This record gives sequence, structure tokens and C-alpha cells, in this order.
Amino acid sequence: MPSEPLIQLKDVSFSYGPRPILQGINMTIPRGKVVAIMGISGGGKTTTLRLIGGQLRPTRGEVRVAGHSVPDLDAPGLYALRRRMGMLFQFGALFTDMSVFDNVAFPLREHADLSETLVRDLVTMKLNAVGLRGAHAMMPSELSGGMARRVALARAIALDPMLVMYDEPFAGLDPIALSVVGRLIRTLNDALGASSIIVTHDVHESLKIVDYVYIVAEGRIVAEGTAEDIRGSAAPYVHQFVWGERDGPVPFQYPSAPYREQILREPSRAH
Amino acid sequence: MLTKLAAGLRLLGRSVTDRLWRLGFASRFLLATLLYSGMALRRFGLTIREIYFTGVLSLIIILVSGLFVGMVLGLQGYDTLQRFGSASALGTLVALSLVRELGPVVAALLFASRAGSAITAEIGLMKATEQLSAMEMMAVNPIARVVAPRFWAGVVSMPLLAALFSAMGIFGGYLVGVQLIGVDDGIFWSQMRSSVDFGDDIVNGVIKSAVFGVIVSWIAVFEGYDCEPTAEGVSGATTRTVVTSSLAILAADFMLTAFMFRGA
Amino acid sequence: MNKAMLDLWVGFFVAIGLAALLFLAVKVGTMSSLSNADTYVLQARFDNIGGLKVRSPVKSAGVVVGRVSDIRFDPENYVALVSMQVDDRYQFPKDTSATINTQGLLGEQYVGFDPGGDTQMLKPGDSIRLTQSAVVLEKLISQFLFNKAAEEPATTKK
Repeated sequence: MPSEPLIQLKDVSFSYGPRPILQGINMTIPRGKVVAIMGISGGGKTTTLRLIGGQLRPTRGEVRVAGHSVPDLDAPGLYALRRRMGMLFQFGALFTDMSVFDNVAFPLREHADLSETLVRDLVTMKLNAVGLRGAHAMMPSELSGGMARRVALARAIALDPMLVMYDEPFAGLDPIALSVVGRLIRTLNDALGASSIIVTHDVHESLKIVDYVYIVAEGRIVAEGTAEDIRGSAAPYVHQFVWGERDGPVPFQYPSAPYREQILREPSRAH
Repeated sequence: MLTKLAAGLRLLGRSVTDRLWRLGFASRFLLATLLYSGMALRRFGLTIREIYFTGVLSLIIILVSGLFVGMVLGLQGYDTLQRFGSASALGTLVALSLVRELGPVVAALLFASRAGSAITAEIGLMKATEQLSAMEMMAVNPIARVVAPRFWAGVVSMPLLAALFSAMGIFGGYLVGVQLIGVDDGIFWSQMRSSVDFGDDIVNGVIKSAVFGVIVSWIAVFEGYDCEPTAEGVSGATTRTVVTSSLAILAADFMLTAFMFRGA
Repeated sequence: MNKAMLDLWVGFFVAIGLAALLFLAVKVGTMSSLSNADTYVLQARFDNIGGLKVRSPVKSAGVVVGRVSDIRFDPENYVALVSMQVDDRYQFPKDTSATINTQGLLGEQYVGFDPGGDTQMLKPGDSIRLTQSAVVLEKLISQFLFNKAAEEPATTKK
């Protein structure tokens, strides 16, 4: 069924205890595309990734990945599905006790019964793809933030996944590393024929590389569209988000009692 | 007054239920660890690696402490025994106290603070830096890949470390008693041999140290896996590992001793 | 740390750990070899066993020849029934006597065998007829004091 999208979220809600994180999210991620989920911090973006990866179960709604309903999968089924997914964590999450080479080789050694020579060839190819073939012997502690991110990317694509998920791939990178990683995400996606989801709040870098954007706020999707749509959107929230305005639908002030009242209150009651 | 009492009782009740809940969770965690031990045993290289970190790196502290404890036992034991004119029983005293009690217990306490805390900190840091999540997303079960090898490494290392501690302690007692003070060499060893029984004393000591190994490893991996994934969370969990395992070792020691050496 | 080095260290660790266990087993402790099959059981009844315990040694001429394997109370004769496992290599005449002795003044108690001159030997499961009970120190002391007290008036009369 090539027409069926790779990932479909239908009316998905999720809450931690009484605190709702997501409320009725609908999302479609077609094959071969790079899709960004944007929004301010704490808006439920990472939760969406964890729902797709099966690390969390939705309280309501349907999560379908490649024809499987993720919440209904048993542990072996979930693990089988995860083998076809790659995920890049916020700060890379490289295994600190292994060298760069062993990090990239990790999924290969765990899942595929390959000879060491084959593993070496595959790892070298992946490292070459991210431009770090020369760094194979280094330990994660010796890498810069951008290099660590690229190694983690090589690790995420080691098993040639059908889906790569990026959790804040741009956080804490210098401008050069930023554009390197951004380019890589796009080129690797196209080279692998995979689909990618990028969770980020870095608007400008991601708008350069993505095909489609969802903007999430307070557990709902407030806007969606192509990069062009988003840039040109007149919706106040999107405008504030894309152009980084200080005040708008997302207020500068955290909800609080009126300033005057709080300042004039007796000191004993003000905590 | 009454409300204060009620509040106090509520606090007590909550702390008890919390603790019980945690114990239940820890038990289920141990069960899962045992269940997913297949990989740790099949790919024994993983466990060997962890034996290096738990066992080999604990060697120095165990050997040196054992030597000193034995030497102190030699001095103190001689001082006490010679008042009763039974300095010849020095070997017995040193060997029995080490093999039955001090070897397993002190080695386990040292092991908890040396290796147990390291295991907790390592697993906790892996959790805090999302390495465990990453592993899970790579379809690798972190309990099988990270927790079980460390657990088994601790279980294997502990009896060996305790035996080394005891042997080193007896050597220390010999150094002080025979070489320094001048208790007769032959009497020292023969008295020891005649009153230390292999089955009753040595095997029971080994059983003790194996039980302590399970307890310390269990607490260490659980605290690490269960910790709050922040810097404070990891440091708190590390402290808890040392405190909880020390208390658990001493309590378990009392119970085991009561069972093993009752009336014998 | 490369893998070969790591394996070497762990191998070293396990080897010295096992060596320590072996040292404890061979040099420090005695294997209870007497509990194996090469023993036979003898029994003896004592009026009082004092501080005798299971696993206390059985000695003849000062040499350990066996161990006490079981102690129970015989409710018919109101005596203690002591079972001993004696090394197969040693045979004792039928009129051997068993005594409960004390090692030193306050030391451990053990069963001592005094062989007689009988030509027939004790067979496995046999009972030793001639027994002498433990010397209970308290009894000895009270006897001594009692005798002293009995002597006192006699001396004062003189």
C-alpha cells in the first residue's frame, strides 16, 4: 500500500495523571518527506515522538506506524518495529563508555548477525556519510556538540531505517554545526528513501529543509502547512513563533496576579 | 492537637506505603533482571567487562583492608587471649572471625561503597543522558543489555572478593601473630585447622558473601535504574545505594548467622 | 582498555579469588572427611554429657578418630544416647570404655576411648557398655566445699 502514509495519528490525547499533554492531535506523515513538529518548549512535541516510538501509550486515539497500531503491539512486535526506526536524541545520547566506532556499530551488533569485517565496512560507510570517518577511534567525551550529534545521526541510520526521528537536533549547536546537521538530515533522508520527523523550536534552520510543518501549542495543533505557508501565515500565534516576537498569543508574563496587587501585598503573604 | 496527631499518623502511613510500594517495585525489577539475564549469560563478554569494573577495580581496597583488619585482629586477639593463657588459639580466633563474619560483611560493605555506588552512578547517568531511552529506541532492552550484566558481575565478584579478604586477613594475622609477636608457627596453623570446619564455617561464609553480593548488586542496579534523571537524582541515588546496602547487609548478616550457627 | 587486556585482568581476578577459596578450604579449614562413607557408627549411653556437642571430636590416645554425630535423650533409661562416627581404619575391642573428657580446665569436651583387651572388635552399630560421664565442674566444686564444711567441725573439736 504505497498510498498509505507512513505515520498516522488520529485524535490522539495523552496525559500524565491529571495533566493533559496532548489533546486530540491529528497528524499524517507521508513516506519520503521531512516533517517538522514545532512549538514552544513543554508543548508536547517530544511526547508525540515517544508515542510514535511506542515509549508512551496514548490515553485516547490511534497511532499507526507502517500499518501497525503502535499501542496494541506486544513487546516483540514493538521491538521489531523499532528496528526500522532511528532516533536522534536531544544531546545525541551516545554511549559514553564506547568509542565512536562502537557507538555506530552498536545497533548492527545487537540486531544483525554480521561478521566483524562487514560491520566495519558498514560503520565506515555511515561515518563517511556524516563526514566523521576520521573520528572513529575517539570517545564521545572528546567530541564537540556538533560532532556528537553527527555520530548519533550515523548511529540512528545504521540499520537503514524507514523512519528517522530527531528530538531537538539543533539544540545548542553553533551556526556552522547547525547548518551542517540541517543539510545532513535532508540529504540522508533523500539518500535512504526514509521519512523524517524533526521536533524542534529552531524555526529558520528547519524551515530551510522540511516539506511540511505542524505547529503544536498547549497540546493542540495550531497550524500546519508547507514551509512557505508557515512563513507567510498571518495567524497571530504562528507569526509570533516564526518571527520570535516577545509578546503575542504566548504572553511574556507567566500567568500571575496583577502586578500592582502583588507588589502592594503585605510581605508576609507574598511567597 | 488531635489534628496534629492525625497529620503525624498520616505522614507515617504515607512513608510506610511509599516504602512498601518501592520494595514491591524493586522486587519486580529484580524479577525482570533475572528474566532478561539470557543475554548477560549468552554474551558473556558483556558480563566479563562488568566483572572488570566491579571486581578487579575493587581488588586493591579489598586486599589492603583485609590485610589491615587481619593485623589488627592479630594484635587485639593476642592481647586478649594471652590474659587467659591461650595465645595458642590466636590462629583460631583470627580465622573464625574472618571466615564467618568479618570477611563477608566488611568485604560486602566495601564492595557496596566501591562498586555498588559506581554501578548506580553509571546507570543513573546513562538514564539522565537518555542513553537508556536511546537503547530502548534501538530495540535493545536496557535491562538485558545494561542492568543484567552488572547485576551478575556483582554476584560473581562478591564471593571471590570476600574470600580474598579473608585469606588476606589470615595472612595479616599470621604476620602479626607469628612473625611479629612470636606465637609458634605450627601451633598457629594447626589450631586454626583443627577448629575451622570446611562445611560449617567456610561454606557458610561463602554462602553469606553470595547473598550479600545479590543484595548489593540488586540495590545498586535498582537505584540507578529508578533514579531521578538529573544530577541531584543521580547523586541522591548513589548515596542511597551505599546506605541501603550497608543496612541490608548487616540485617541479612544477623539473620543468616542466626540460621547458620545456631547452637553449633 | 582493549578486550584482551580486560579478559586478562578478569582472568587474573577470578584465578586469585579461587586460589583464596582453595587456601581457605585446604590450609585454614579441615574438610569433614570423616562424614563421608568411610566411617561406622558406635553408640554409648552417658548419665551426663556435660557440654558435649554434635561434631565434638572422639579421641583415642589423643588422636582424633571420629566425631559425635548425634546426641539425644533416651526417655526409657533417662540417659543421654550419643552416636559417634568413627573412622573405618580404626577398630576397637568390645570392652573399650568411653569417657567424656575436658580439654584443659575449661576447654571443649570430647569423647575419649580407652581400649580394653578383648579379642573381639566392636561392630558398626554396637553400643559401648563401659562409660564414664562428664565431670561437671559445679558438682565438683560443691562437693569440695561440702567436704570442707564436713571437715570443719571435726577440726574445731580438736
